[in-house]
Amino acid sequence: MLASGAVGVWEIVWASIVLSGSATLLALLIGLPVGYIVGAKRFIGRRAALIIFNAGMGLPPTVVGLVVAMTLSRRGPLGFMGLLYTRPAVVIAQLVIAVPVVIAITAAAVASVPRELVSQARSLGAGRLRLGVLTLSEARMGLLAAVAGGFGSIISEVGAASMVGGNLEGDTRVMTTAMMLFSRQGQYGPALALAVVLMAIVIFVNVVLTGLQTSAERWERDGG
Amino acid sequence: MHRFEWMIRRGRLVGVSLAVALVLAASGCTTPAVTPTTPEPVATSDVVLASTTSTQDSGLFDVLIPAFEKAEPQFKIKVIAVGSGEALKMGETKDADVLLVHSPAGEKKLIADGFATARNDVMYNDFLVVGPTADPASVKGSADAVTAMVAIRKAGAAGKTSFVSRGDKSGTNTKELGLWVASKIPTPTPTVDKWYLSTGQGMGETLKVAEDKGGYTLVDRATWLSMASTLPGLAIAFEKDKALFNQYGVIVIPGSKNEAGGQAFADWIVSPDAQKVIGDYGVAKYGQQLFVPNAK
Repeated sequence: MLASGAVGVWEIVWASIVLSGSATLLALLIGLPVGYIVGAKRFIGRRAALIIFNAGMGLPPTVVGLVVAMTLSRRGPLGFMGLLYTRPAVVIAQLVIAVPVVIAITAAAVASVPRELVSQARSLGAGRLRLGVLTLSEARMGLLAAVAGGFGSIISEVGAASMVGGNLEGDTRVMTTAMMLFSRQGQYGPALALAVVLMAIVIFVNVVLTGLQTSAERWERDGG
Repeated sequence: MHRFEWMIRRGRLVGVSLAVALVLAASGCTTPAVTPTTPEPVATSDVVLASTTSTQDSGLFDVLIPAFEKAEPQFKIKVIAVGSGEALKMGETKDADVLLVHSPAGEKKLIADGFATARNDVMYNDFLVVGPTADPASVKGSADAVTAMVAIRKAGAAGKTSFVSRGDKSGTNTKELGLWVASKIPTPTPTVDKWYLSTGQGMGETLKVAEDKGGYTLVDRATWLSMASTLPGLAIAFEKDKALFNQYGVIVIPGSKNEAGGQAFADWIVSPDAQKVIGDYGVAKYGQQLFVPNAK
């Protein structure tokens, strides 16, 4: 089935990985620090922030697509940049979808780090930066979950990618938008080939996640 | 795609029945003695009509289908609007009872391959070349459609504009590919020809890409008329050439679930009554005919 590479199936898979991969990296750059602050610090409005980011995990991609498309359109506020229907536009939309996911998972992971550990480290004279690094390294399993969760939330979404990317062949065509197209054309072969690859990626992400969780449990049980 | 269409239609049905229930509940409150008039139950069977997104977007079905269901109350039409490519595929797999598509070559192939026995002309509309209002490729005033396409390619290769293709094997896409062949231009590919973009999406989305990228595209008149007001950056660059003709045909799928219903629709749509409905459509709203009936 994958031999139907005549229609550029692998090129599409690669585009998906590159676009969703860069969006995930950018989402981590923003989401890790914000998630750490929300998870570890006590400040006014923290609860509200937690609620907002948790709700943001369920942000419908189509809504994000609509808002980003309107913003980047020639008649929109950022229209002068000419970004609509380009690869950066897809990355921006996927970034908006992935950031709340990364923040929420990071915050939960950081918040679950025992407070005694942190206060003990502080009493031993650890600086602010050192404390941050220690907390993040204690929460590392959760952080990997944030990576997988962020990537998983965007590699399989179709609404935003098609609205802001335009499904342009050899450019912004990704696995999900290509599957819609192939199915609409009645080309079930390449559509299924992409479905298999996408499922493989999603299953891989989940296997990694489950593996991490069980190894984390074992690590905790054995007293690390 | 057609599954989504089903779900949407079902969603609409739920909405409608909710609204009906609300109205009934409300009227029930004010007039306690409601005596429901039960109409004579008519056993209806569903007929699956596979057609194209552009036909559905034109709004023609909103008048055509009620007219058919009034003439033949025993049938209920379910429209699956897809690209001509998938509509023809639905004929092959017998997932549709009747097709109304505009891809004469594909229709003939379906019959040649033995999936159907006959097709009949129903109506035609025409395609337009639309592009940026400034007309960077100087397409306006071209002698014919082929000259227009050559001009777009030349300006595109010079980096002045682009052509945005549907790239989805729809009837519109098939027509466009035919024009490249007629202009003796090797069919452009997006990976090699940077001026040639392929959206693989519907007409509406493709028009939006064309407007945003300052490019030209091919569009059927019905879709253009319904969307032109939302696309101030685009204008008609070239029209009214025989090569831009768009012939619709109807095909019954033998051995489908409701072949009798499909046959009834195919017979009705070429009848004088249906042809009149088609010819009148759009005149009141747009001041011009959208489809010209031409059943023999």
